[in-house]
Order: sequence, then C-alpha cells, then structure tokens
Amino acid sequence: MASHSLALQHHFEDAEQQKDASTIGMWVFLLTEIMFFGGLFLAYFVYRQEYPAAFASASNKTNLLIGAFNTTVLICSSLTMALAVRCAALGKKNLLVLFLILTLLLGGAFLGVKAYEYHDKYVHHEIPGAHFDCEGCIDAGHTPLFFALYFGMTGLHASHMLIGFVLLVILIVRAQKGAFGPEYHTPVELFGLYWHFVDIVWIFLFPLLYLIDRSGVPK
Amino acid sequence: MVPKRVYFLVFFTLIVMTWVTAYISTVDLGKWNIFVALAIAIFKASIVVLFFMHVRYSSRMTKMIVCCGIFWLLLLLFITMTDIWTRSWMGVPGR
Repeated sequence: MASHSLALQHHFEDAEQQKDASTIGMWVFLLTEIMFFGGLFLAYFVYRQEYPAAFASASNKTNLLIGAFNTTVLICSSLTMALAVRCAALGKKNLLVLFLILTLLLGGAFLGVKAYEYHDKYVHHEIPGAHFDCEGCIDAGHTPLFFALYFGMTGLHASHMLIGFVLLVILIVRAQKGAFGPEYHTPVELFGLYWHFVDIVWIFLFPLLYLIDRSGVPK
Repeated sequence: MVPKRVYFLVFFTLIVMTWVTAYISTVDLGKWNIFVALAIAIFKASIVVLFFMHVRYSSRMTKMIVCCGIFWLLLLLFITMTDIWTRSWMGVPGR
C-alpha cells in the first residue's frame, strides 16, 4: 500500500539520487533562511554593542521562566518530528500520523505561550510606538530598539511556525492516506529539516532575548 | 536508520542544557555571561543539526553545504562587527 508513490522522475538515475537531490535542495533553501535570520541577528549584535544599558534593562522585562518553558515545548516538538521521520522510514503509518499530530499540537502550544507573552507586552506598553513606556529602564530612549528587534525576530520565527502548521496539516492528510513508506517519505524528511531549523533559530533567540544581562545591568 | 535512543539522548541533553543555561544566566559572570550563553546555544544547535537533521549520516555534499552556510553567516557577523568594535579606537569623525 505504502510503496505505490515512489514516483521516480525520469531525469534521475535512481530513487537514492532523487532523494539526495531533494535533500541538497532543501539545505540550500535553509541556507537562504540562515541569511534571512542572520541579518536580524546582526542588527541585534550591532545595537546591543551600541546601547548595552538599554538592551540589558529591556531584556530583563522578558519572563525567564516562560521563555525556558517555551524552549522546552519547542524541543519536545522537535523530538516528535524526528520520531515521525523515523516512523515514516520504517513504514509505521499510524505512529507517523500520531507523531505529526503531536508536533502540530506542541507547535501550537508554543505559539499560544508566545501570544500570551505578546499580550503581556501589550498590556505593559512595551510595544514600540506612541504608547511605549519602559518602566524603570536605563537609557529608556533606546529601549524601543530592543523591543522592535524582539518583535521582529520572534515574529519572523512565529510566521515560520505558522507556515509549518499548514505544511504539517498537508503531511498529516497525505500520511493518513498512506502516501509515505520506506521507499518514499522525502516530504516528511524535508519538512523535518525545516522544523528543526525553526527550532535552531529559537535556540539562539532564547539566550539573546531572554538570558543575556539578566544577572546585572552594565554601566 | 538512526537508533531511537540517539534521539532520546539528544532530546534529554537539549532539555537539560536549556534549564542549565537559564540558571547560569542568573549568576553574575560579568562579561562572560554572553559567551557561556552562546556557547551552550551553539552546542545545542550542533547536536540538533548533527542528529535530528541527520547531517552526521548525510553525504559529504550535504555536509559541505551546511559548512558553507555557517561560514557565510560568520562572515556576515564578524566582518561587520570588526567595524563596530574597532571604530571608536581611532577617535575619528563619524563616531
């Protein structure tokens, strides 16, 4: 049942070559994503260098426990995704569907917590704009830079997750129909690469936005 | 096929490192806080790339592409930052 969709394109020698080409194509796409996020990380490092006190006091406004909890949730979704790829390769259809659904739910939980944090920032007037107010911050005039980068980076990250949700739903429907098996599961595997990449972006966002300067504000 | 326990071991390490780095951030290490936090993040990202993303088990072509990506990112970050870090040394206008 699972092996009918091998679909070897005529310009490939064999299924393995076709899969290698797809994998490399996905990695090249992820490299463009690295540069996409890289620009924002660079902006963060430049402004942090310029206004260390503003960045330190603004980043202390984030909630460490919520950030660490959300990181844990996202790592769990990475594990379920890795297991989903494994089940696809082993031809365990039901487990594959289950792990994909778990990945979707954990991703949803992450974004739910993120929405709560955004709302918290909104209530405390920490969104850059006319009503911005960083209470008790040092060099408050430059703190909107931190929050602009906070919302820009986490927002871009969250939008990648939303795109991931759409792809996940498509994969779940296809997996349910038995489209993937030991011979052909490239879409699951490539989506796994994308999902882990999004996880890696968060692995760097978490220390930069939540952790640095928490122990003491520099002069 | 990657053994299941590899995934669980990586997962466990990631969770532990997350809470370790969260705890260390509350300890005052002076200017070393950022280096420790980034070192842990780089370690976590590395095991995700190597095991969850299967680069450890991939072709040399894939490995080369991944290394190229990291190299270009470092070029972007470091060459720009050398300017930002050193511009004030000269005391020239524009600073």
